[in-house]
Amino acid sequence: MATAAPDPGAAQPDAVPVSPSPGANLMAVTFRIRRFDPEAAAEAFWQDFRVEIDPKERVLDALHSIKGEQDGSLTFRRSCAHGICGSDAMRINGRNRLACKALVKDLSPQRPVVVEPLKGLTVLKDLVVDMEPFFQAYRDMLPFLVTSGNEPTRERLQSPAQRARFDDTTKCILCAACTSSCPVFWNDGQYFGPAAIVGAHRFIFDSRDEAGERRLEILNDNHGVWRCRTIFNCTDACPRGIQVTKAIQEVKQALVTRRL
Amino acid sequence: MPTDVTSGAGRAPAEPGPGRGRGPGPGHPAPLVEPPRQRTTRTPRSTRGNFEMYGWLFMRVSGVVLVLLVLGHLLIQLMLDGGVSRIGFAFVAGRWASPWWQVWDLLMLWLAMLHGSNGLRTVINDYAEHTATRLWLKALLYTATAFTVLLGTLVIFTFDPDIT
Repeated sequence: MATAAPDPGAAQPDAVPVSPSPGANLMAVTFRIRRFDPEAAAEAFWQDFRVEIDPKERVLDALHSIKGEQDGSLTFRRSCAHGICGSDAMRINGRNRLACKALVKDLSPQRPVVVEPLKGLTVLKDLVVDMEPFFQAYRDMLPFLVTSGNEPTRERLQSPAQRARFDDTTKCILCAACTSSCPVFWNDGQYFGPAAIVGAHRFIFDSRDEAGERRLEILNDNHGVWRCRTIFNCTDACPRGIQVTKAIQEVKQALVTRRL
Repeated sequence: MPTDVTSGAGRAPAEPGPGRGRGPGPGHPAPLVEPPRQRTTRTPRSTRGNFEMYGWLFMRVSGVVLVLLVLGHLLIQLMLDGGVSRIGFAFVAGRWASPWWQVWDLLMLWLAMLHGSNGLRTVINDYAEHTATRLWLKALLYTATAFTVLLGTLVIFTFDPDIT
């Protein structure tokens, strides 16, 4: 990622012509970060960092600033830094968000901004969690087009209405914000989780796909869609605005109507 | 089928942890959250089948029916025709002389007990962490449910208004 300024606080005001003087719109914000290093200590702990930052900057900029200037050992994932790769989902002020989409000014920066790793997944170091179980559940859903017969000689055609049927669930970036915000998942990690069901929804309702029945069968499991309690945490957490709970309910509906 | 969808995809077998969210394990310094969907020998077999679906449907249907039954019950017991003041042994005896009210009360008993039990079953499944705890809680729940349902059914059908 080439655009990350290591020192956003000091570098940005020059680029903002409305500010009367450099640094005038900077604000001292405390970031309370959940630190954990298995090589140094067995226990996780909270550490406060004070950062001079433009409140219009994002939490990711603050993390970069901390890592670059205060503590190089701070560990977190990020890749595109523009809300598409889904690498930097974390728990910010108690809610799962992408650090690259959470603006500091929206997080009551007068008080410490609390940054934690995603809940329900094993913490590897600081803000980095083991995503493998999450991806395992996703893989279980057969997240690819399954067809039978010969390959067609032209595109597999689809009407705009057929495409619109599953449009919402194509937006998923696999950041795990939804699954790791689900209380059922926290208590029983065998639950497939919202993201996997969203991935299944994307193909179950795709007119070109032929394995919808198989995916429904997988989700009919006692760790499948029936575990969903319509808590709506996933819908609230989704940085892409996917109506996750609605997608899960549609899968339930498809199961009921096709089985009865 | 391009991928093997059931394997753990080359993950190292994790050491047996003390359980999700409970302190550091002996071999692992991390505050261990046991990885979900990790396929070990202790992982319960998936139970595909339509039981959970029927359970889910039953909750919706019984809920709707119970609203009507319970509101009707409350209306008769508490408000209409003197309301709560006329309830007594004779009142109950009089109602249960009619098969209509017998069936009404029987339905209410069965639906409410099964609805509540299934709700508690899901709560236990969601929140009991140990397999043994889950087993015992559910055994207790099913026993209590069976006892209440059978006793209630017995009373409704063998009720004797001439009892002394």
